[in-house]
Amino acid sequence: MINKINFYIFLHFYFLMNFEQIKSVLQNKSVGIAGCGGLGSNCAVALARVGVGKLIICDFDVIIESNLNRQYFFYDQIGIKKSHALKQNINRINPAVLVEAHDIILNEDNIPGIFSGCDVIVEAFDRADMKKMIIETVLGNMPGIPLVTGIGLSGWGNSNTIRMINTGNLYICGDGVTEATDENPPLAPRVGITANMEANTVLEILLDKH
Amino acid sequence: MNITLNNNSETIDREKLTVADLLQVKKFTFKMLIVKINGNIVKQQEYATAEIKEGDNVIVLHLISGG
Repeated sequence: MINKINFYIFLHFYFLMNFEQIKSVLQNKSVGIAGCGGLGSNCAVALARVGVGKLIICDFDVIIESNLNRQYFFYDQIGIKKSHALKQNINRINPAVLVEAHDIILNEDNIPGIFSGCDVIVEAFDRADMKKMIIETVLGNMPGIPLVTGIGLSGWGNSNTIRMINTGNLYICGDGVTEATDENPPLAPRVGITANMEANTVLEILLDKH
Repeated sequence: MNITLNNNSETIDREKLTVADLLQVKKFTFKMLIVKINGNIVKQQEYATAEIKEGDNVIVLHLISGG
């Protein structure tokens, strides 16, 4: 008798791949990352390590010291544009990844052009109004491209409240409720969990559909 | 009319219902929301005109800052 658990175990082994096979799928994939802060820098690094072929990374900002409590940058990179510094760091981790870095403020007019060839787009903004803008733009104007977002990741502890929910082409990682404030700042561990959950969701989309 | 709102059955006492009406009736006061009707995104500028019909599946999500 096939019950639900056996069915999922069967699926898991049926789709099992070794790392060379995983890389051979991922090297032909392109992922857009909107924002190179806490979510974007950590998510991009995870995707670079597993060998996603092309990463299109976008940010307009410059690294400041307070970013280093969660963002994948180094002390000697303070003052450098985030998009350029992240490209340097990815190249040092995995030079096989083609990184297209844009020093740009993303908006509803330029997003469709910059991310048009992507298999998946990752939302990695800090501000809620920017998250709303990219969700409405990608779901409304770029049909067929999945969007992975990060919502609710501040503070510490409560690791198990961070989860992924999916509705159509929208994938939401995070706890959905903890807003970033001065009293409840975003910190490396929970931002890292959420950023890596975004990366893990990207892999799920890329590898399960290949 | 009967709709599904965030996976729960709801009866809204209106014959005609826009997204803006629904947000008011159900007291969604939060500014940053994402609205989907039957899987299709409804943009902010369409809230006043986008109509919800009997049996529609509506999702309203809250967006918060942090990243």
